Amino acid sequence: MQRRTFSKLLGASAALSALPAAGADPLKVGFIYVGPVGDFGWSYEHDQARKAAQAKFGAAIQTSFVESVAEGPDCEKVMADMANAGHKMIFTTSFGYMNYTQKLAKRFPTVMFEHATGYKREANLATYNIRFYQGRYIQGVIAGHLSKAGLAGYVGSVPVPEVVQGLNAFMLGMRSVNPKARLKFILINNWYDPPKEGDAAKALMDQGCDIITQHTDSPAPLQAAAGRGIKAFGQATDMTRFAPTTQLTASVDNWGPYYIKRIDEMLKGTWKSTDTWGGLDSGMLTMAPFANMPADVLAAAEKAKADITSGKNKVFTGPILDQTGATKLAAGATMDDGALNAMQWLAQGIEGKLT
Amino acid sequence: MIALLLSVLAAATPLLLAATGELVVERVAVLNLGVEGMMLMGAIAGFAVAHETGSLPLALAAAIGAGMALSLVFAVLTLTLQANQTATGLALTIFGRGFSALVGAGYVGISAPTLPKLLGIDPMVPLALVILAVVAWFLARTHAGLILRAIGDQHDAAHVLGYKVIRIRYLAVLFGGAMAGLAGAYMSLAYTPLWAQDMIAGRGWVALALVTFAAWRPFWLLVGAWLFGLIMYLSLYVQAIGVPIPSALLSALPYLGTVIVLVLISRDGRRIRLHRPAMLGRPFHPAG
Repeated sequence: MQRRTFSKLLGASAALSALPAAGADPLKVGFIYVGPVGDFGWSYEHDQARKAAQAKFGAAIQTSFVESVAEGPDCEKVMADMANAGHKMIFTTSFGYMNYTQKLAKRFPTVMFEHATGYKREANLATYNIRFYQGRYIQGVIAGHLSKAGLAGYVGSVPVPEVVQGLNAFMLGMRSVNPKARLKFILINNWYDPPKEGDAAKALMDQGCDIITQHTDSPAPLQAAAGRGIKAFGQATDMTRFAPTTQLTASVDNWGPYYIKRIDEMLKGTWKSTDTWGGLDSGMLTMAPFANMPADVLAAAEKAKADITSGKNKVFTGPILDQTGATKLAAGATMDDGALNAMQWLAQGIEGKLT
Repeated sequence: MIALLLSVLAAATPLLLAATGELVVERVAVLNLGVEGMMLMGAIAGFAVAHETGSLPLALAAAIGAGMALSLVFAVLTLTLQANQTATGLALTIFGRGFSALVGAGYVGISAPTLPKLLGIDPMVPLALVILAVVAWFLARTHAGLILRAIGDQHDAAHVLGYKVIRIRYLAVLFGGAMAGLAGAYMSLAYTPLWAQDMIAGRGWVALALVTFAAWRPFWLLVGAWLFGLIMYLSLYVQAIGVPIPSALLSALPYLGTVIVLVLISRDGRRIRLHRPAMLGRPFHPAG
């Protein structure tokens, strides 16, 4: 299926490039997604951004994508196919593509690669990411106010730093309101597996969690919470329509501004390998409307959002204790990006182990 | 505790529905390995029709119809044209996976009406138990059930006695397809009210293993379905308690469980031989 979509797109772009071009040949830009574009989560938002870039640059660029590419040897083939087909810029949009992207960057030095959420860079391999943890902190603040049991449930995917940051930021936000709050989590070892995501949410609710958040890409946990009348958060995109009376908010990824900026630099010849990590202030992270909560909680959520946007609240500022009660960050200190990107410990109040 | 029990019962329901169908198929000595593919077809057919028409009865009918249509292909190939059952069943699963993904491409990430709950329980959960009870009663206590079993154990003799071996096998295979389709619809309309490619995620194979696990006896099918439902659910549940087992290992548990159970069972050859439909997987030539 994926290959067919790809060849269809290549066919379409070949047909397009056969037309007499107004000026130079358009810049070919490829995108590789880990899920289906219709996941209405992670891959969907990347594809929205691709469409925004295509609309912005019109005939100057030609974009194509391959969806549902597994984070394994398959993705290497897909990238190589794209490079061989004349793509000069390739966005690989999942953490697990990192080593393959690096390998391909070395093999195709004239192709510029952009890898989302990773940390390995080359002269022709840039990285970019969103400070998702900022949104998690705001979710935690809301959960701290709304959870009667003081116990939230977190459906996670795999224990990579990005997910660990989310767990910890949520806990810090929740404890900023309720110092006794606790957080349980389940990692399902996948980014997109609706039945399993829903099962994980149910298992968390069965253990007394009365608010659910998720770091997996389908609306299944949100729906499972709705089925039990429990409030929850959407993921990556505004999932209101799947559970209108359940979703409190969602951290919404907004890759468009970054894609447009980078493609623009590519067209102008000023592209450089960089490391971008944008948050609420850059517009790369936005929050879906705060809903289904009383006015005082809404005010607290708005305040947390404003403080993070202005830089007053850096989220990971001391004192922070880990699960064992040991000090991870001294009072007054702020964790640097290097430490954030290597995060493999859990904050006090989180139950369970990273495995 | 009650919530946990209900979650396990719900997780066991698709397994039970599909396995009940396959049990009947195997009791007439036909082995249809296409359960996974038929479940996927049922899941997408039910979801698509629910989304397009908003009617749940129509959606369920479509799911059952899709499962039956695929099983009919299997029946024509293996019963009429005498193709190899193992190969045809595998092909059916591969086809069902691909075709459901193709049809379902436009239905990813959208919502459809879901099956309503009664008193907090999916009506499909008790329905699956009722169907199993009826099938158990039918096989053990009715004349038709006796004929069905006779065909499974000695189709030549049944043929000589004047029973329509091929026709009865057709009916059994179609029943198996209907049940797999229903199980698929339960997944996409109730259990996880969404369509996602490959959302059955191996449940069809677990259902097949369950039939062998139960040694073709309905009561043991129930035990097996609950046991596997429990394993599937506990693999997530224990993680949230904080049991220090790697999550990757926990994810593999239901499948490891399937393998271990099958190995344990096949150690006792006598028990298998005693209950196994003697003609299982063997083609029937009326002329012979």
